[in-house]
Amino acid sequence: MAIETQPESAQTPGGREPGPMPRQRPWWLRPAFHTAIIGAVIGYVFGHWLGNFIASGYQQGAKAGTNDFAIILGYVFGVIGWLAGLGVFNELFMQMTGRRVARSDEGLVGDLARYFRYSLDHKVVGIQYLVGMLVYFFTGGLFAMAIRTELLSPTYHVLSANAYLMVVGEHGTMMMMMMTSVIVGPLGNYLVPLMIGAKRVAFPRLEALSFWLTPCAYIILLSSVLFGGFPTGWTGYAPLSIQAGEGMDGYAVAFAIMGFSVILAGFNLICTIICYRAPGMRWSRLPMFVWAMLTTSFLFVLAVPVLIGGLYMLITDRTAQTAFYVNQLGGSNYLYEDLFWFFGHPEVYILALPGFGIVSEIIPVFTRKPLFGYKVAAAGMFGVAILSFFVWQHHLFDSGINPDMRPLFMLTTELISIPTGFIYLVAMGTFWKAKLRLTTPMLFAMGMYVNFLFGGISGVFLSDVPADVTAHGSFFVMAHFHYTIMGGLIFAFFGAVYYWLPKMMGIRLNQTLGKIHFWTMFIAFNSTFMPLFAVGELGQPRRVFEYARSLQTLNDWVSISAFCLGGSLLIFVFNFVMSTVVWRERETGNPWQARGLEWQVPSPPPPHNFERIPVVLAGPYEYGDPSALPVADLNPPAGVIAGALVGAGTESRSSAGTEA
Amino acid sequence: MAADAPAPAAPGGGTGRERNDGLWLTVIWLVLSIAGCLVVYFVWGPHLPPGGMSDSAASQQFDNRILGTVATPVVIGVLLYFGWALAFWRQKPGDETDAAPIHGNTRIAATWITVTAAIVLGLAVFGTYELIAPAGAGGGEGPQPIWKPNSSTILQVQVIGQQWAFTYRYPQFGGFETTQLELPAGQPVAFNVTSLDVIHDFWAIDLGVKADANPGVNNVAYTTPRHTGTFTVRCDELCGLWHGAMFDYGKVVSPAAFQAWARTTETRLASMTAALPPYSLTYDPTQISTLGKVPAELGLTGAGGGYYNPADPEQP
Repeated sequence: MAIETQPESAQTPGGREPGPMPRQRPWWLRPAFHTAIIGAVIGYVFGHWLGNFIASGYQQGAKAGTNDFAIILGYVFGVIGWLAGLGVFNELFMQMTGRRVARSDEGLVGDLARYFRYSLDHKVVGIQYLVGMLVYFFTGGLFAMAIRTELLSPTYHVLSANAYLMVVGEHGTMMMMMMTSVIVGPLGNYLVPLMIGAKRVAFPRLEALSFWLTPCAYIILLSSVLFGGFPTGWTGYAPLSIQAGEGMDGYAVAFAIMGFSVILAGFNLICTIICYRAPGMRWSRLPMFVWAMLTTSFLFVLAVPVLIGGLYMLITDRTAQTAFYVNQLGGSNYLYEDLFWFFGHPEVYILALPGFGIVSEIIPVFTRKPLFGYKVAAAGMFGVAILSFFVWQHHLFDSGINPDMRPLFMLTTELISIPTGFIYLVAMGTFWKAKLRLTTPMLFAMGMYVNFLFGGISGVFLSDVPADVTAHGSFFVMAHFHYTIMGGLIFAFFGAVYYWLPKMMGIRLNQTLGKIHFWTMFIAFNSTFMPLFAVGELGQPRRVFEYARSLQTLNDWVSISAFCLGGSLLIFVFNFVMSTVVWRERETGNPWQARGLEWQVPSPPPPHNFERIPVVLAGPYEYGDPSALPVADLNPPAGVIAGALVGAGTESRSSAGTEA
Repeated sequence: MAADAPAPAAPGGGTGRERNDGLWLTVIWLVLSIAGCLVVYFVWGPHLPPGGMSDSAASQQFDNRILGTVATPVVIGVLLYFGWALAFWRQKPGDETDAAPIHGNTRIAATWITVTAAIVLGLAVFGTYELIAPAGAGGGEGPQPIWKPNSSTILQVQVIGQQWAFTYRYPQFGGFETTQLELPAGQPVAFNVTSLDVIHDFWAIDLGVKADANPGVNNVAYTTPRHTGTFTVRCDELCGLWHGAMFDYGKVVSPAAFQAWARTTETRLASMTAALPPYSLTYDPTQISTLGKVPAELGLTGAGGGYYNPADPEQP
């Protein structure tokens, strides 16, 4: 159901023709970051008072002097105040009261202040996300450094037991929760409209809202440190999470808010991809990255609501004294485990599919060959996405739940390696007799394939129930998912940053530093996580601060490697800051000689991406094919849109509304 | 995932080149894979965790051996392929042209899918057999286990997790409760794992036994220790502040020594056993008025978690 004609509404951000410039208020009166902070503080204070007012008798422990109601309502009203201060509701009220909605700050390229505002331009949101995600990622990384410092010695403790659990929980939750959007946020929002030939996304307000919820989630998650942290790690298993102190409220609220954020982002991207493709951008010409964003977005909207439901019940268990997860009162801890992992396993693929999309996008450019087996690659992503909903109980193989279902979940889990194998088939076919250009993005893409290989193979061990009896809950699992997520997703993310930053900022990152970054990161990463497979198999459970003395050598090796890994990321920070702020090496053209539609417009793209809606003439991967048409006609003559199908020339017959 | 061997058949390659990449890759891959598989199975395999202290541990070790052997050609194949690409398929200096376009190859894709599907389905069948044959492979099977050891003399051991220690009850010896875990060699053991507060996980590492301790749920896991020795027990599910320090050691002793130890301990602890709540598959701490005295006598530091009365809405 490709929509081959121009959408009826004018494609301007905000959905309307820009009106006359309204009267400009001074900058400090316009809604922006600082008013949002004021709103958040007022909201928190109000919510906290309200919680104490309506539920003063409910305390977590007798005479504890604390009230979870007050904290949770404080968070909720703080978020509302933050959004109100940001001006999220202004236009809503203006439309409700029949006043004219006009935005004055759109399209002002070079105006730094718009990055601190509720901007509806998907390119601004993309940059906001990029900076935000880097901040969240490095915060989580610092917690990892603390964990490895503590694990230098089996018995000597740098951190107290509580501080260690707090750090473990913050690291895990920061990474698994905030990094859900690490690619969909910055790159998906920025690139998808450019890649499909649209001037805007379908729901710019949802998209902007999805970004502005992430700082709330980040601050709330960090704020649980003030309450002593939470002891449950990122999984938040009940009943420990019900027993835990007030820090747990921060976990539950932050995770739910991040859940709302990604659901909104997912809806926006699904509608954008389905409805806003330019004429000629058939499903069979859709870039792999867009396929990955589409499948990831479907996982967002289908899986994350389950998490929010589970967290909501956790919050009511902690505040309103319900007993969804309390065995003695008729609930069940299995309910939480099921709900959590029904979200949690698709979540793992939410963290893998964007990486697949990025490497599939990068390798044709630098092998100078078409993507091998386009349909196989798309089918692989869909296969992974669909199967990911049918495997969640492999996290519960030893929990005592449904032993008779184990063969089934073992089978479905192992089946996932078939569509994952497609991704490798596509990669290896694309590399066959290629002319490799070993640029920094290409190195990261190849590093991703190597790392994900180990992550995938170790996943087969975990899917096998007998082998999983030993590996479950140990450092083996920890090494496994760091190989898939850090080795897969984060390597792909850095490759994408090197590849697309010239597009997003018009600035090229230093390539020599980039290569140093890659090699140090690749070596340090493998040196960190490869020994952890052995550590886990030899009997070290996750999230412990004491371990067998015989494992100290391996743990020390891992810790030192982890510090090197942290150092290699500092090279990236140095490169990023110096390249974008100090050196500013301009790169406005098409530095990689890529065919992608996003590279056919100047860098950074003009305010409305394309002068006119382009007509897509060919697929994005037709490298080395002398007969291939240019990827799109960026300046189609008036009236050609209707006739665009014929304009595609050789493929005119098949293009009349059919898809591959 | 598996063999990249079919890849050389790709059309458009090979012409005008002296080196036959496909042949070279296949030969090198075959040689390395056979060598790698032999090393993994015969040299590394017998030393893989979790060892052979019990039949479930041995079956897990066998699984690790088989999976490791199957994984070796895959890993070697992919790494060799990318290494080969790095070595031979680089852009020549000054060559700005694109490579020959190959959009896909149905035969290779079909072969790939068939081979990976066959491997995966084979592994699933193998895993299912290895799960069922050794009575659940040491994993917790819940309150109604469906795979049981074929024996009439199963030693029942109850594992009670609480923050932050395990205690063990022996119902066939009067139900005494102790912090020491001793097992006889050669006799099937049923661990009835439960918890008093939050979720713990009983992981007898060397025995290859792992079962979550859920409050109010009896989770049964089976194993048969094969020879005597000590093993480590750790809590494998994050259970709060001192999760990292929640470990102890167990012993597998000869059947005669076990009988002697059990009888002696039963007699020694008789007065304490009388104070314990009667043996049951699960315990509700809110219903046990006498529980509070016992941990102190056992040398435990107490539960620390919020035991609360269901009738009291003041407590969550």
